[in-house]
Amino acid sequence: MTTTLPGPAAAAAQPPEDGPAHRTLTYAEAVREALAEALRSDPRVFLLGEDIGVYGGAFGVTGDLVHRFGEDRVRDTPISELGIVGAAVGAALAGMRPVVEIQFSDFTAQAMDQIANQAAKIHFMLGGAASVPLVLRAPGGSGTGAAAQHSQSLEAWFAHVPGLKVVMPATPADAKGLLLAAIDDPNPVVFLEHKLLYKRSGPVPSGADRVPLGQAAVRRQGQDLTIVATGVMVSRAEEAARQLAEDGITATVVDPRTLVPLDDATIISEVAATGRALLVQEAPRTCGYMAEIAALIADSDAFGRLRAPIRRLSGLDVPIPYAPQLERAAVPQVPDIVAEATRLVRSW
Amino acid sequence: MSTDLIQDAESARSALTTMWTIRRFEEAVDDLFARGMMHGTMHLSIGQEAVPVGACAELRDGDYITSTHRGHGHCIARGARLDRMMAELLAKETGYCRGRGGSMHIADVATGNLGANGIVAGGVPIAAGAALASRLRGEDRVVLSFFGDGAVNEGAWHEGVNLAAIWDLPVVFICENNNYGMSMSVQRAFRVDHLADRAAGYGIPGVTVDGNDVAAVRQAVRTAVERARAGSGPTFVEALTYRWKGHSKSDKNLYRTRDEIDLWRDRDPIARYTAALLDAGTLSEAEAQRCRAEARDAVRAAVRTANAAPDASAAELTSAVYAV
Repeated sequence: MTTTLPGPAAAAAQPPEDGPAHRTLTYAEAVREALAEALRSDPRVFLLGEDIGVYGGAFGVTGDLVHRFGEDRVRDTPISELGIVGAAVGAALAGMRPVVEIQFSDFTAQAMDQIANQAAKIHFMLGGAASVPLVLRAPGGSGTGAAAQHSQSLEAWFAHVPGLKVVMPATPADAKGLLLAAIDDPNPVVFLEHKLLYKRSGPVPSGADRVPLGQAAVRRQGQDLTIVATGVMVSRAEEAARQLAEDGITATVVDPRTLVPLDDATIISEVAATGRALLVQEAPRTCGYMAEIAALIADSDAFGRLRAPIRRLSGLDVPIPYAPQLERAAVPQVPDIVAEATRLVRSW
Repeated sequence: MSTDLIQDAESARSALTTMWTIRRFEEAVDDLFARGMMHGTMHLSIGQEAVPVGACAELRDGDYITSTHRGHGHCIARGARLDRMMAELLAKETGYCRGRGGSMHIADVATGNLGANGIVAGGVPIAAGAALASRLRGEDRVVLSFFGDGAVNEGAWHEGVNLAAIWDLPVVFICENNNYGMSMSVQRAFRVDHLADRAAGYGIPGVTVDGNDVAAVRQAVRTAVERARAGSGPTFVEALTYRWKGHSKSDKNLYRTRDEIDLWRDRDPIARYTAALLDAGTLSEAEAQRCRAEARDAVRAAVRTANAAPDASAAELTSAVYAV
């Protein structure tokens, strides 16, 4: 039995059709296209980061941009994360729109003072007299055998600091549209890409359409439970939903896309509609972002519609291990989502 | 017009008045705090006034500074309004930061002050970035980055100075070496004889100057600013000075002696500058007194104006976090 709460309709964001206005691009290509579009259309935009020039970026994201836009605007830096982010803060204060690449999101720990104490707070501390429009792109997540210092999912660190916006694109189209919106934004935006998604393909609009920050996407509509998932877990949740459907269980899959600002309304209404919530993240469970989503649901009108406890499926509270079988065991996989969803629906 | 701080009367009047203004402003802050009329904590720069005044005298409109937790002097020397500064410290809505920043984050962005900073060395890479913006736009703006001796051992300092050095950015790094990072003396915290020796490690010029001699500070900064504006890169200027007051309100002066403080009080940068101006015949005794009186009156007026202003309002707190 499905009911829908009155309220904002879910932002329907089914993948757009492939067509004249869409090409199939990889997620990495989509990010590059957004960077190129921003560099082309706004002279204030410049990129800086380690090995983003002729090397093309550690994951090949910046590719040939240095040849198209020059070394001044696609600026290689020394290995100096704190300095890089600090320089971006200063350039942003002075009217530029820097886009920083931090080679692995784990390395943001090196830059955390400039992220959390400077970029995030300057607008507020200065009484609104200045703002810090910068984007910090960083790939996160496990699955590449890179072990504990190159595989974390750190979104909760950033989401916990007022003043930062936090974006986690899960598709090539969103990687482009959200990045363009992030570059437009007058605030510091932490843009967390996922290493496993870089080679995934999907339809991407050829224009410069923005995907607004703060608008969730409903990837799939079902009746028995609502799965809220972020980053690489979105596609795992979608795959799980396909398998669940063969077993007669239909699931809604909600991708928040941005954690700050968060589209509370869509999450609440989609959970209320099915009465069951399964929250899936790659990050460790304790104090993870899905704990916030669970609290949001419990605090909301959706609480009265729940017919089962809110369930979280998270990474284990462990550093990401090296060995492939250990690494897989440390974070939710499709069968885990299927099993947990089945338990949730069959038990309640 | 000559801009010589010793020979030119107009420049001298302005510099002396600004030094007195910083002194009187901070004495007023100290007094308000002691009387329980001011909240939070305070980092006073009394005794160090020659550095911001000498350095900022070399700046043009459009140039930037980054400042520190001990930043009232930088803010005033760059031309901020005393009433809005005092209003900020007194938690008023009319303060530069509307009561959200206080002493450690005070800034008049309109005068190119990119902010005081509560994190030691936090402003150093920010200065490099502002200079990079100037470079990318083909402008000739210069950035003065103020910091204390403690900052020179922070990672951010090394990273920021190195970026400015490798990209020949127009920054002047000005160390106010007041001999202590809170209680840690420079002698205990460094192996180098002069902090300016560190500049060689980055391939940039480093110079040590008497930071209680406003004309000497200005001369050193002039050379550095000219070099920066010409596109030749950054310079590290170490200005030797001393803070008469404690690090902050918690300081019981357990790490230094009364004799040492008295020795430095005898090197008072304002008294020295006044004597030099009288010696040179640039100002008369009466003119020097007028500078002092003008500063006193300006600070008194600022306290009055600030006290009469409405208290900072909590009504818009949550909407103040993000720019729109």
